[in-house]
Amino acid sequence: MSFASPMIQEQANMPEPAAAAAKVAARNVNVYYGEKHALKDVSVDIPVRAVTSFIGPSGCGKSTFLRCINRMNDTIPICRVTGDITIDGKDIYDSRLDVVLLRARVGMVFQKPNPFPKSIYENVAYGPRLHGMARSKTELDEIVVNSLKRASLFEEVKDRLQESGTGLSGGQQQRLCIARAIAVSPEVILMDEPCSALDPIATAKIEELIDELRSNFTIVIVTHSMQQAARVSQRTAFFHLGSLVEEGSTEQIFTNPKDKRTQDYITGRFG
Amino acid sequence: MTQHIVRAYDEELGALSVKINQMGGIAEAMLTDAIDALVRHDVGKARGVIERDGQLDALQNEIEELAVLVIAKRQPMANDLRHIMGTIRIASDIERIGDLMKNIAKRVTVMEERFIGTRSLAGIQHMAHLVLGQVKAVLDGFAQKSSDLARHVWLHDGEVDQLNNSLFRELLTYMMEDPRSITFSTHLLFIAKNIERAGDHATNIAETVFFIETGQQLSGPRPKGESSVFAVSAPGK
Ligand SMILES: Nc1ncnc2c1ncn2[C@@H]1O[C@H](COP(=O)(O)OP(=O)(O)OP(=O)(O)O)[C@@H](O)[C@H]1O
Ligand SMILES: [Mg+2]
Repeated sequence: MSFASPMIQEQANMPEPAAAAAKVAARNVNVYYGEKHALKDVSVDIPVRAVTSFIGPSGCGKSTFLRCINRMNDTIPICRVTGDITIDGKDIYDSRLDVVLLRARVGMVFQKPNPFPKSIYENVAYGPRLHGMARSKTELDEIVVNSLKRASLFEEVKDRLQESGTGLSGGQQQRLCIARAIAVSPEVILMDEPCSALDPIATAKIEELIDELRSNFTIVIVTHSMQQAARVSQRTAFFHLGSLVEEGSTEQIFTNPKDKRTQDYITGRFG
Repeated sequence: MTQHIVRAYDEELGALSVKINQMGGIAEAMLTDAIDALVRHDVGKARGVIERDGQLDALQNEIEELAVLVIAKRQPMANDLRHIMGTIRIASDIERIGDLMKNIAKRVTVMEERFIGTRSLAGIQHMAHLVLGQVKAVLDGFAQKSSDLARHVWLHDGEVDQLNNSLFRELLTYMMEDPRSITFSTHLLFIAKNIERAGDHATNIAETVFFIETGQQLSGPRPKGESSVFAVSAPGK
């Protein structure tokens, strides 16, 4: 029996509010690791001055896609990337592009903390010095302290800035990497599960930082916490088996996803 | 619906639905019995209705506590979250239906017997029958996860309003004809209004069920009964 009525407002068919201007635009991106087709035809716009989260089961290609955005995949010999990725409309796979500069514009925080085997101070100072961002030692000190503060690590390390970064706890190392990433004021910040090793308080501080950075930067965060994605991001993209299944406003993805695979994943059901 | 990976989660959601079902069963029985008590002037039965209200309150509390616990433990998303929030709302609507029936039953315990038998009682019975049908249908809609059934209930709310309006005119005529019937008729007016409001709660539940199942709001115009010019408000519960 059917009671179909034209009176029902079909909200699902209403167009999504237009996303803000795209900072990063990916078109038909495919990634192969040797024979393995890890990312399949991904096209997505990542809006400027907003947080976009990538969610999806382990091995679905989130980190792979993230690494395409700052050409980290170039460092993996068997990795092959096809398709187009632009930042501000400029092809980042252009052979004339300076990859070092690109990586200064597109900072990254990795899934596993990877501080340089140098002092805490040097970890953060390295980038700004490399890019000539400080004219004096005082200015450099300021950048280092500020970055450590924003990553909510300063209080814990202020008395041992000359000690090795690798001597910190896992969660502290991750915050050090965040400080290192933001020290060069990148335009785009890619974060691969930045809070997976952090306690709830440090996590809350990082989320607060992300929220603060959002007004000036474009942020992409990979997270396995649905709540975190719901809290920090405005857009959410769901990946599954190498494909981008659904992308939309975070509110829509978490309250009323269109694709059954998305719904099964975010509600913890068997896919 | 595919099962959750964590089986206990399915059990908790299932427990919420079971409690809604229990509440629905009690509220339906209260409605039937309250009208029965009125028509037969069965004060004993009316007292039974009054007593059962406590069961609804207790179940509503259990639902709220369980819902809060599930939210805290599982951080539900999407349809699960709608289900849990919807359950809380439905429980509150059913609890209100129970209050309205308790109010009817209280009136029965103080009404004079000598006017029983007026034709108006037939009108009230008819209204109650319609509302009972709405409540049953919408709770079936909840149990069967049927947005169609919910929409059906939502679209048929107008009949009850219409009946209430014609009943109002009828009772007004009686009161003018025979002022001695004013007290009794006034009770009937309030009772009719209570039944109508129970129908409104069935409509609320329909909206909730539709939202749970589709994530969308039922909205837009629908066939409404003549709007009541003579708004009658019931005394406090
Ligand atoms: N360096 C590599 N060499 C070969 N295969 C790789 C490499 N890196 C990733 N892969 C494969 O590509 C697929 C996608 O991996 P990716 O690391 O992008 O997943 P992910 O979504 O980030 O998963 P997780 O949530 O576990 O971090 C996987 O099947 C993985 O095994
Ligand atoms: Mg990864």
